[in-house]
Amino acid sequence: MEQKTKTVKLKLSTRNTLVGLSFILPNFIGFFIFILIPVIFSLILSFMEWDGFNPMKFIMFENFITIFKDRVFRGAIWKTGYYSLFTVLLSLSASLGLAVLLNKKLVGKGFFRSAIFFPYVASIVAVSVVWNALFQKDFGPINGFLKMIGIAKPPGWTASVDWVIPALIIVSVWKNMGYFMIVYLAALQDIPYSLYEASTIDGANKSQQFFSITFPLLAPSTFFVLMMLTINSFKIFDLVYMMTEGGPGNASTMLSQYIYNQAFISWNYGKASAAAMILFLIVGTITVLQFKVEKKWLSYM
Amino acid sequence: MIVKEKKGHQVLTYIGLMLITLLTLLPLIWMLSASLKTDSEVFSLPIRWIPELPQWSNYIKIWNKIPLGRFTWNTLKLTVMITVIQIITSSFAAYGFSKCKFKGRDLLFLCYVTTIAIPWQVYMLPQYSIMNKLHLVDSHMGYVMLQSFVAFGVFMMRQFYLSIPDELLEAARIDGLNEYGIYYRIVLPLSKPSLATLTIFSFVTIWNDFMGPMIYFNTTGLKTIQLGIRMFIGQYSTEYGLIMAASVVALIPVFVIFLAFQRFFVQGIATSGLKG
Repeated sequence: MEQKTKTVKLKLSTRNTLVGLSFILPNFIGFFIFILIPVIFSLILSFMEWDGFNPMKFIMFENFITIFKDRVFRGAIWKTGYYSLFTVLLSLSASLGLAVLLNKKLVGKGFFRSAIFFPYVASIVAVSVVWNALFQKDFGPINGFLKMIGIAKPPGWTASVDWVIPALIIVSVWKNMGYFMIVYLAALQDIPYSLYEASTIDGANKSQQFFSITFPLLAPSTFFVLMMLTINSFKIFDLVYMMTEGGPGNASTMLSQYIYNQAFISWNYGKASAAAMILFLIVGTITVLQFKVEKKWLSYM
Repeated sequence: MIVKEKKGHQVLTYIGLMLITLLTLLPLIWMLSASLKTDSEVFSLPIRWIPELPQWSNYIKIWNKIPLGRFTWNTLKLTVMITVIQIITSSFAAYGFSKCKFKGRDLLFLCYVTTIAIPWQVYMLPQYSIMNKLHLVDSHMGYVMLQSFVAFGVFMMRQFYLSIPDELLEAARIDGLNEYGIYYRIVLPLSKPSLATLTIFSFVTIWNDFMGPMIYFNTTGLKTIQLGIRMFIGQYSTEYGLIMAASVVALIPVFVIFLAFQRFFVQGIATSGLKG
């Protein structure tokens, strides 16, 4: 047997496969056990009743029906959508605006860039303590400032049912914009300067240039930013958990928080997985839609 | 006339940028300033940005109140281990996914990409049960396994390797180098910017991770620095000076890594195709 393999030259395609697999395998084994299997397992779990100890029971769509009857879950969907919509739009405009500003020839560009990027690398635990203190209703600096400029009744921020999500949006935009600014900056550097020169000769002003050169040429990057922001916003957990734990009441309980509560507080694995599937479906649908729009949009150009 | 207008523009840009930068940094400055204050001084209005009597002792007290030294060491150990494993295995796998041709390759890669879009909360739970079965809960080993093989690293490195022209590798093949040799002698040296980018990403993610350690570590001796700050908030909720001092300490390593690698980082994002 050994003789045979030695003498018969391995087929080229088999050899290629073996070499390719040998590159992938060290990572894939870990990925398979610790990530892929859990993902598949969670799909199965969403049709089961399980508390983690007793045997599983197959219950079809029971979990899905139960969570959709749950007011907290429906609220969580709505709040996640509300939070994501504003976080995505505001982060996108802020990062694009900053990138356009910083794309000019400026002294101290590196400093501005690093300073604006820094919130992105700061830990959420530390950052949320600071923002919670800043947002303090009665003696926090933000409300202190608002009172100073004449707003007699500033919002209660994280202590108020209506203002807790706007507060979270502000912190998220603050944290996101630096990273996506750099993504945009990288893309802006690829736009040939001659396009601007030509349009100046044709008499275009700055805003015309922005809307007919910069913005269309940034479309691929914008789609990337949009996708990443959407995925990340729908996934939001740490920040909410650290700042409000979903409160006051359930005012800032979003989908991932709901999943977490169901799983690790109520030990309701089936319901948690069902909610997780809904979250995945929403994110998946939006991502696919964005891909479709992107294709259509780019084919116009 | 035109020159004058341009100058006005420039001045406006600078003023605008400085305001935005200041606003962005304000929470961090506030944190730094609060870390040097007494608890009663933290919320006094108007804000005194430079404390009257800087409480440097805050930075000494934090090490005794909770085992912060131990936590820092744990975090450093985990971060370095995971970053190293991730960089080695991801860049290796990325080579397979981008430069080796074989059946089923793209299907395998699709599995990787899909998991990026899936929130961790979706599979957190089954993952926990698997880890439990393997007796990896409440151990550093388990956490390392959990974090080292996330798909993002492979995805990022592959995007970069795609931009390396195949002709270059073909030439090396003709010269008699095998695939491993090409990876080690040609591709790896070329990918310094994206390796630096992945290093920052991985370092920052693991150093700042809160949920993972919170779910997987119960023993105090295993806990990380982020859990430490959270512990501070729980146990000394009114002592803002101390909480902020601990937070500042937790930020320093990330800050250092960021400054050291930031030049590569911008370049890395630009070249690894992460801009889409």
